[in-house]
Amino acid sequence: MADPIRPDSADALATIIADAASDGTRLRLRGGGSKDAIGAPTPEARIVDMRGFSGVVDYDPPELVLTVKAGTPLAEIQALVADHGQMLAFDPFDHGAMLGCADGEATIGGIVAAGVAGPTRVSRGAARDHLLGFVGVSGRGERFVAGAKVVKNVTGYDLSKLVTGSWGRLVAITEVTLKVLPAPRLQRTLGVAGLDPAAAISAMARAMGSAAEVSAAAHLQDWNGAPLTAIRLDGFPSSVEARAAIITALIDGVAPVADEEAARLWPAITTAAPLPTDVPLWRIVAPAARMPDVIAAVGGRWLLDWAGGLLWLASTDDAQAIRAAAMQAGGHAMLVRADAETRAAVPALHPQPKALATLEERVRRAFDPAGVFETGRF
Amino acid sequence: MSIKMPAPDETVLARRGEIVAAMRAIVPGEGVIDKADELRPYESDALTAYRQPPMVVVLPETTGQVAAILRWCHANRVKVVPRGAGTSLSGGALPLADGVLLGMARFNRILDVDYADRLVVVQPGVTNLAITRAVEDDGFYYAPDPSSQIACTIGGNVAENSGGVHCLKYGLTTNNVLGVEFVTIEGEVLRVGGRGLEPAGLDLLGVIVGSEGLLGVVTEVTVRILPRPETARALLIGFPEVEGAGRCVADVIAAGIIPAGMEMMDKPAVHAAEAFVQVGYPLDVEALLIVELDGPAAECSHLLEEVETIARANGAVSIRISTDDAERVAFWAGRKAAFPAAGRLAPDYLCMDGTIPRRRLPDVLARMRALSEQYGLGVINVFHAGDGNLHPLILYDANKPGELEQAEAFGADILRLCVEVGGVLTGEHGVGVEKRDLMPVMFSEIDLAQQQRVKCAFDPELLLNPGKMFPELHRCAELGRMHVHRGALPFPDLPRF
Repeated sequence: MADPIRPDSADALATIIADAASDGTRLRLRGGGSKDAIGAPTPEARIVDMRGFSGVVDYDPPELVLTVKAGTPLAEIQALVADHGQMLAFDPFDHGAMLGCADGEATIGGIVAAGVAGPTRVSRGAARDHLLGFVGVSGRGERFVAGAKVVKNVTGYDLSKLVTGSWGRLVAITEVTLKVLPAPRLQRTLGVAGLDPAAAISAMARAMGSAAEVSAAAHLQDWNGAPLTAIRLDGFPSSVEARAAIITALIDGVAPVADEEAARLWPAITTAAPLPTDVPLWRIVAPAARMPDVIAAVGGRWLLDWAGGLLWLASTDDAQAIRAAAMQAGGHAMLVRADAETRAAVPALHPQPKALATLEERVRRAFDPAGVFETGRF
Repeated sequence: MSIKMPAPDETVLARRGEIVAAMRAIVPGEGVIDKADELRPYESDALTAYRQPPMVVVLPETTGQVAAILRWCHANRVKVVPRGAGTSLSGGALPLADGVLLGMARFNRILDVDYADRLVVVQPGVTNLAITRAVEDDGFYYAPDPSSQIACTIGGNVAENSGGVHCLKYGLTTNNVLGVEFVTIEGEVLRVGGRGLEPAGLDLLGVIVGSEGLLGVVTEVTVRILPRPETARALLIGFPEVEGAGRCVADVIAAGIIPAGMEMMDKPAVHAAEAFVQVGYPLDVEALLIVELDGPAAECSHLLEEVETIARANGAVSIRISTDDAERVAFWAGRKAAFPAAGRLAPDYLCMDGTIPRRRLPDVLARMRALSEQYGLGVINVFHAGDGNLHPLILYDANKPGELEQAEAFGADILRLCVEVGGVLTGEHGVGVEKRDLMPVMFSEIDLAQQQRVKCAFDPELLLNPGKMFPELHRCAELGRMHVHRGALPFPDLPRF
């Protein structure tokens, strides 16, 4: 396989893509490579390393907007905004450790392209909710701009949504503008042990439906030897205390989780760390109220995030059966981690109904008429 | 009227009888309107400077009828303009002389309320406020609250990605919609998203929201609802100069506070509103801020103190804090009445909708005052200060020859100014007809061509709501042209459309 190409200007990137489109080379866009092990292997594709696009373009904290080059490491961005008492408005995380690589390599472009969202997805939204604009080069080899650098904008189609989670199949993103928010002064986690999945989901739904403004809620099958349902409150100290009292009155047996333990718990939930690593890992999104049915229908170890709306499942069950269970509940299942042989045979993304798949295909061709980004990975 | 709609197709106009009959075959009885006097109520939306009766109005009741209408129009190359309640401020529902106006008002049922997953499934003709009304007794509400919420429909909100005064904290429509059922111009009924938090595959939902009726017709919407905050309180803060108010807004955010709402009014707006509703606004200030905080009572009282301290540090000359909900509502009454109040200052007004980086506010307001003098037209300013969304109201008299054109030119200059300082043409009202011809100010030809290729993926014949959003509609075949290298297309295995 040829060495990765590493452009450092939009013009160079545009030339690479236009050339590839005309000579039939397929391009796999890559940031830090933290998610390389997702999707089918693509031995034929030429890798374009996007880390040449790096650095902060504009950051004015009170405007709540950050513009950075797409190849900038996530860790660097998080450190920068933290210095100003802020955070990215969604809850991005590094897939590195989860997929057997080192942490710290993930880039913001990769995070956006994969539509990554951690536990606060349930309260603050995902990358798609907070990508305000981007610059990129389409599969036509044309540099274009979409969206803007202000927090509120409806001028033209919201292409930022389409590009988020498109896994590099529409555009090589070179620059992103993201919304940032003040970081909470205090985080407190409350936990209740011993609930079964249905009781846990119901407890989380009550918490989410209360005035306690829950930031995140998750349920682990096994934490310190028993099931644990965890509810997190973020904010100003006086507010967090008042809201903790609401949760305590609402859910029987709930008790504070020590800060040190909470600091281990949430990263473990985010990356599904408690689950076995030697079997396929699935990411199932479905309505929380239906998730007990999914759990009953599949075998394996699991944990629930997003107040029950996200099921991380480590299972050797047949892929078709897992996808059928997800669909039965009104959801879908993505294969996140598996050996190369499995990934070559089982599509990572949940297959769409035919009419929708046709429309998606048309939308992809609208950005990439020649299919230069169609590496077969998805 | 300086903005031109596409010239009607004479051959389509000549087929009017046949088209009306085809619509009647799909939607029986009073669901098809073709008499001139009955078409008149549909000739404009809330951008009333532009009027055009449609060829025919069709009011379907079922998704099957919508699909049949679109399929017929597609097969017969007839243009379709979708319409909700007709409250668009950008002319998004302006009819075409040679087009079918597809009114969605009869889709007015709430289909499901699901508190376990905190969502409501509705038909698109349900009003924005009706969703909140349906769940408020159980302590929930639907967050986006455009000021027309009593009348505007959720289908229209989806088309325009509507905002409101609370979107800095709670997001626009797009952040609160989980899924839609929609019908393509080819008559295909599709679902994107659903009751879960994330759709599978490409985020087509994300591009349908805010597509201004150019990509498909939405027939069902699933929205997220939120628990009503325990308390909400507001501060009414007067400043002797705009700069102080602007710094106050920045300092509130820098202190880590995201208010539920943060609105600014300039002096003329304060005077107009106070004359209209008499709620006790201070008249001797250059800028008035309304800051609303919500959440647990303990949080509100803590943050009220912090905001008060910040306001004083930035030179506030008057500060009132609401003591009960009636007083909080009174603080808002003037702001919410700003549009009708403008209506008393002049026979007509144009409402602009640009967004700017907040740090540029004093500069933008000063240049707007200079433009106001240059054009000889008054302007009053209300402003979603938290997110930088300006609503200058340009006052004019349509009965004076040339004044509408002057007002439009003034508005265009304001929007060019917004883009020049790093902002955008529209923060929440949409491009529609109104800002269509200004799109090249913000986007290059390549940027616009890429957006239009998305349009072509959904509607290759350009039959859905043409004349809106894009200054020039290129034929899709022209936009899709590919570079052919050495006489062969690369990747011959790929399906193409």
